Amino acid sequence: MKKNLKNRIALIFAFLLVCLYGIIGIPSGFTGKALLESMTKRIHLGLDLQGGVHMVVQVEVLEAVSDETDSALARLQQDLKDAKLTYSQIYKPQPLTDDPVTHIKTGKPEVIKVEGVPPASASAVQSLLDQKYSNEYDVSSSDNETAFTLTMKPLVEKALEDKTVQQAIETINDRVNTLGVSEPKVAPYSLGANQILVELPGYSDTDEVRRAIQSTARLEIHAVIGTPFPDEQSALAANSGALPPDEELVHYSGISGTDPDQVYVLERAPVVSGTDFRSATPGTNQNTGQQQVHFTLTDEAGNRFYDFTKDNVGKPMAIVMGGRIRSVANIKEPIHDQGEIEGSFSLTEVEELSKLLRTGALPASLDFLETRQVGASLGADSVREGVTAAIVGVLVVMAFMLIYYRSSGINADLALFLNLVILLGFMGYSHATLTLPGIAGVILTIGMGVDSNVLIFERIREEIRAGKAASAAVDQGFAHAWVTIVDTHVTTIVSAAILFLFGSGPVKGFAVTLTFGLLANLFTAVYVSRVIFEAHLNKLKPGEMVSI
Amino acid sequence: MLPGIEQRAGNLGSSKKKLIADSLDKWRNHVELFHGVNVDWLGKKWYFLAFSMIFSVAGIISMGIHLKKTGDIVPLGIDFRGGTEMRVQFKNQVPNIDKIRAAVMAEGIPDSSITTFGDASNFGGASNNEVLISLPEQTNEAGLDVGRQKIEQALNGPYAGDFTIRDEQVVGPTVGRQLEGQAGRAVLYSLLGMLVYLWFRFQLIYGIAAVVACFHDTLITVGAFALTGQEISLTVIAAILTLVGYSMNDTIVVFDRIRENLRLTRREPLTILVNRSINQTLSRTVLTSGLTFLTVLSLYIFGGAVLKGFSFALVVGILIGTYSSIAIAAPMLVAWQQWRAEKGNAVSLPAAKRSRA
Repeated sequence: MKKNLKNRIALIFAFLLVCLYGIIGIPSGFTGKALLESMTKRIHLGLDLQGGVHMVVQVEVLEAVSDETDSALARLQQDLKDAKLTYSQIYKPQPLTDDPVTHIKTGKPEVIKVEGVPPASASAVQSLLDQKYSNEYDVSSSDNETAFTLTMKPLVEKALEDKTVQQAIETINDRVNTLGVSEPKVAPYSLGANQILVELPGYSDTDEVRRAIQSTARLEIHAVIGTPFPDEQSALAANSGALPPDEELVHYSGISGTDPDQVYVLERAPVVSGTDFRSATPGTNQNTGQQQVHFTLTDEAGNRFYDFTKDNVGKPMAIVMGGRIRSVANIKEPIHDQGEIEGSFSLTEVEELSKLLRTGALPASLDFLETRQVGASLGADSVREGVTAAIVGVLVVMAFMLIYYRSSGINADLALFLNLVILLGFMGYSHATLTLPGIAGVILTIGMGVDSNVLIFERIREEIRAGKAASAAVDQGFAHAWVTIVDTHVTTIVSAAILFLFGSGPVKGFAVTLTFGLLANLFTAVYVSRVIFEAHLNKLKPGEMVSI
Repeated sequence: MLPGIEQRAGNLGSSKKKLIADSLDKWRNHVELFHGVNVDWLGKKWYFLAFSMIFSVAGIISMGIHLKKTGDIVPLGIDFRGGTEMRVQFKNQVPNIDKIRAAVMAEGIPDSSITTFGDASNFGGASNNEVLISLPEQTNEAGLDVGRQKIEQALNGPYAGDFTIRDEQVVGPTVGRQLEGQAGRAVLYSLLGMLVYLWFRFQLIYGIAAVVACFHDTLITVGAFALTGQEISLTVIAAILTLVGYSMNDTIVVFDRIRENLRLTRREPLTILVNRSINQTLSRTVLTSGLTFLTVLSLYIFGGAVLKGFSFALVVGILIGTYSSIAIAAPMLVAWQQWRAEKGNAVSLPAAKRSRA
């Protein structure tokens, strides 16, 4: 079967070339540097080897829900007014509140209540609610039909939350791209609900990243009630100890965030917020020479804003970002969907504000759950140490196999070398990321891969001792060892698969190299080793034994 | 040179080569003679049990002590316990730790822990002037980054320009809890998955014996971490999962041989058959474990500080994993069969459900 053998050897070589291509593509040159370059284009280095910033961000999706119910509330007010139906209150019984110490947001923002409906209009209110709001809200009424409760449907709420996370990802991506990082990664974080993973390789300034991302925080315009107070106590005292449910206290920090603290009383429901802004650009007032921000709203938001500003000319409104007031401006005239925000801003402040308004299309605020940064020097050290350990491991194993199994040791060493090439080839084709535990996975693959060879060779030795001829011994060796090889590889791949599902970045890298290495080993130990043995057997004289 | 002398010189050269080849052969034959080994492994099972109990108990005791001291059974890495950690490298010698702590306290951080972070893998080389500054977990996410900033400010005062930050990590309580849950589930599912696979390929009792052996290995490895005071991070959990896989491998090789022998001889007492199976696979076991151990040892020595915990878990795990296949899994099989025999049930351990060539 010499032709068969030649075919098989050709197949192996072809496969080898395919893998090499996966590793280095078509290199521009053959110097060490050029090869390394082509390789790193296909096999990416993880953050722990390149250095970089890694962050996990929580999206406060309840805020988006709260926004949505706020606008539903405003629409409902309008609808009831248009239908000339009276009521005493319309509000959210458990609005979203922020614990000032733990910053955990609690509340049930998905519930709206209408109270004080006169019995005569009860059925009219019911049919209005059913008509306009029952798609998204479950409507229920109190026993005497004077109060109605709207609760957002769970499916609708979930869809909204998913959309919010998606929008957050897009906006953070835009923001992060302005930092000039190559290959940033912004993606949903699999280990938690509504969490986003941000990875910036080669970047080291965590503060700047936080600032860039943080500045996509929520932006809203609220109506201001009364005058500012120096602190919260005096604000409460002036309001007889407690605020009504539709008002809240917010601190003022100015555009740069360094102005002295003041506390304003604002209407809780914002007039317009984040997604309502279509664009914003800095400009100068022709007449006064003052810096101003020129903004445009969406049509629907524009209508709401017009109603609000028409009723409140001469009164102030607050621009709130990230839960703090950035600017308070007086409403000069009714604004439809285009307007100017004016104040004694500096040029940089006005540009900052425009940028915030433009990219501030984030419907929810972000919490930083985890920040990691690996310096480039540590990354380089890790690469050096990992590769050294790998080389030492490979050399030790190769030397041992050569000494212990004589010429068959060459077989094992070739298989080992092939394993590494195939493993790297797999990684190159799948654009996998190599991490430090990934290098450890490669080292482990070397140790476990050689196990297959040991199993086969020991079996062959047994068969030879039992008196079988060379070719029969090889056959039997492979046949018996095959079962065990499959069993052991499957169990390790099972645990690697679980690691891949449950692990984060570096651990995933380990699972990937381990699995690829074991798959490569299945191929080399059984197919390639067999072919090399057969080639060797062909050369043997009759009666001569294999060197093992 | 006289031809006679040259010739002798040549003979000396080739006889040296022959000497080396001869001693290599002798060594090979000696090691190959593993095949003649006939140790009564099952007879020693009480020694094995005692050995395992000593280490397990030692491990459990140190875990208990650690639990009392800190509320966790082992030192947890920052992945799980949360908090802030910074590795700072100084250009020259590390300045006085107390001075560093004072500087950090002056910025308003009272509870920092500062330790020198020597790299023992530098083969006797001095620690590379590194310091590990860590802060405990914060209860709220918002204050999370403040500590890190303050430490950087503190260092920039007296030591500006003298240090580089090698890496820094800030982990909040939410993520820490998530990871803990994930890690625990991963280990559990892994063991379950293997139990099912072994049940499918062999019989349930094989699966149980193997899982008990793996559990024993995990217990002793985690105990080793408690004893030596090393941290368990996410990568260490990955190493533990790997050693579970490795221990399974090893156990399966012995089980495969037992299964094959059961098919060949039905009359042999189980004890003798199992002993023979172990002896037959001994050369493979020693070789593979030896080689895998050497590669992992290389990782421990040369692989750097970041992988220290990981490679330590593997070094311990591979040794214990090999041991457990012979000392725990095999005796369990025999003990179960004997227990069933005493109860008057079927006496011979059935071979696998499906027979394969």
